[in-house]
Amino acid sequence: MEGFVALYIFMLAAFTGYEVISKVPVILHTPLMSGSNFVHGIVLVGAMVALGSASSTTEQVIGFVAVLLGAGNAVGGYVVTERMLEMFKSSKGDK
Amino acid sequence: MGDVLNADLAHWLIQASYFLAAILFISGLKKMSHPTTARGGVIWAGLGMLVATLITYLEPGMNNYMLMTVAIFVGGVLAWWSGKRVAMTDMPQMIALYNGMGGGSAAAIAAVELLRVLTGAGLTHEAVAARELAVLGALIGTIAFSGSLIAFAKLQGWMRKVYRFKGQQVFNGLVFVALIYLGVMLATSDFSLAQFTAFFVLALLFGVLMTVPIGGADMPVVISLYNALTGLAVGVEGFVLQNPAMMIAGIVVGSAGTLLTQLMAKAMNRPLSNVLFAGFGTGDDGGSSSEVSGSMKAIDAADAAITMAYAEKVVIVPGYGMAVAQAQHKIWELTQLLRSKGVKVLFAIHPVAGRMPGHMNVLLAEAGVPYDLIEDLEDINSQFPNTDVALVIGANDVVNPAARKDTSSPIYGMPILDADKARNVFVVKRGQGTGFSGIENLLFFEDNTRMCYGDAQEVAQKLIQGVKSL
Repeated sequence: MEGFVALYIFMLAAFTGYEVISKVPVILHTPLMSGSNFVHGIVLVGAMVALGSASSTTEQVIGFVAVLLGAGNAVGGYVVTERMLEMFKSSKGDK
Repeated sequence: MGDVLNADLAHWLIQASYFLAAILFISGLKKMSHPTTARGGVIWAGLGMLVATLITYLEPGMNNYMLMTVAIFVGGVLAWWSGKRVAMTDMPQMIALYNGMGGGSAAAIAAVELLRVLTGAGLTHEAVAARELAVLGALIGTIAFSGSLIAFAKLQGWMRKVYRFKGQQVFNGLVFVALIYLGVMLATSDFSLAQFTAFFVLALLFGVLMTVPIGGADMPVVISLYNALTGLAVGVEGFVLQNPAMMIAGIVVGSAGTLLTQLMAKAMNRPLSNVLFAGFGTGDDGGSSSEVSGSMKAIDAADAAITMAYAEKVVIVPGYGMAVAQAQHKIWELTQLLRSKGVKVLFAIHPVAGRMPGHMNVLLAEAGVPYDLIEDLEDINSQFPNTDVALVIGANDVVNPAARKDTSSPIYGMPILDADKARNVFVVKRGQGTGFSGIENLLFFEDNTRMCYGDAQEVAQKLIQGVKSL
């Protein structure tokens, strides 16, 4: 990928993140922090590639740790966010 | 597995799936920013994650599939199990923990890439500035990893003490300079295994050093900051691996997290640099600075119940104490009881009440409190003067009038809930000590304040009985 294409992606993604979150009510701050915590669990994909291309034992060990931690981030982040937002569903009808 | 399929088709499928995942992540986050669609949002994002993870198995030229699957399974099951069984009040530290894992994972990816440079194999993708970015991601990810773990330990109560020593900031500065030096070595010249190891050890140490002097009251801001840092590290490693899903998701979280951190720091009326370097919330720079006049006056729960039952308007100010005691259901029961007697009851939520912004809203929503009874700081403060009873449950700093009156107080200037302006203030509190931040609360010594000691849940139960017996 060209360096400038990468820079464009960086810039547009940064603005997107800023815009998406700028009009969030306070009540959703914690779930949203949790949700964004889940989204960077995508690191799992990179960890898989790193482990997949590891050749020496040291690389395999570090790669294994990377995948383990990445999976923990993704799954844990999802479970916690889902549980938090589930409660919002139950009180929605009251308003 | 990659050679089973036509390589071109596999490549196309992978890219298309990452593109789909990126769309799902962004629209998921967008949906998560509205209460009614929030739940659908996380499911969309989850779907994106699933697609991206599964399709990565098709990536050509990979091996170690067995190890990979075992790692995903073990990490996933452990996280699933811990995430399911943790209590709602402990959510903040779980976010810190999972966030630390993400940072650690990004750092480990960078470590593998840099080891390939060390052994002469070269980076997976020789893109522009890939090696420099790998080092940068390693630095940020490692700091987010050890820093988040310390934040987790602090919120979990494993580390109550705040560690500070003379010349700490100078020491931290020296560690950081050494880190930058080693980082430049790793990025630009032939480095040794010793330098590689020293870089990661120092980065781990720096994350710890950065977090230990920060008091528990500031942890929400710190966790949010590390969340943003992990996002950035993931995005940067995405550039190194030329993986667009990681790039987009990581950078989106990095910028969204930065904004969220700013919003939180703003709610506490303190610039972020102040949170990180001033050591607020540690108790050793405040507390004794203002002399307290008057004394704390206790009240029986039954008497408090009578006053509330005959009040016209009651405002409930919940804080972390309510969360710890799991008192939100009892409080809602009390609210319904009072409302049936014609008392107007509102909830006043400070932006940083509890350990995270929105923490109290989540708990009240869990108990079934409707949104329209919950008021923000701006809306409720003008209403306190015509409020008969302000019931403060386990909240402390967010109602401390020292923030308005005492220029020497470390929280001076922080916007607070003006509970002290209500005709009567009842404070439900476990004991006489200072709160999480260790700052003496002037509200407790006011003439119109009565202290109701005890566990928030038990006191709420007594209040319910008191109101019922009328």
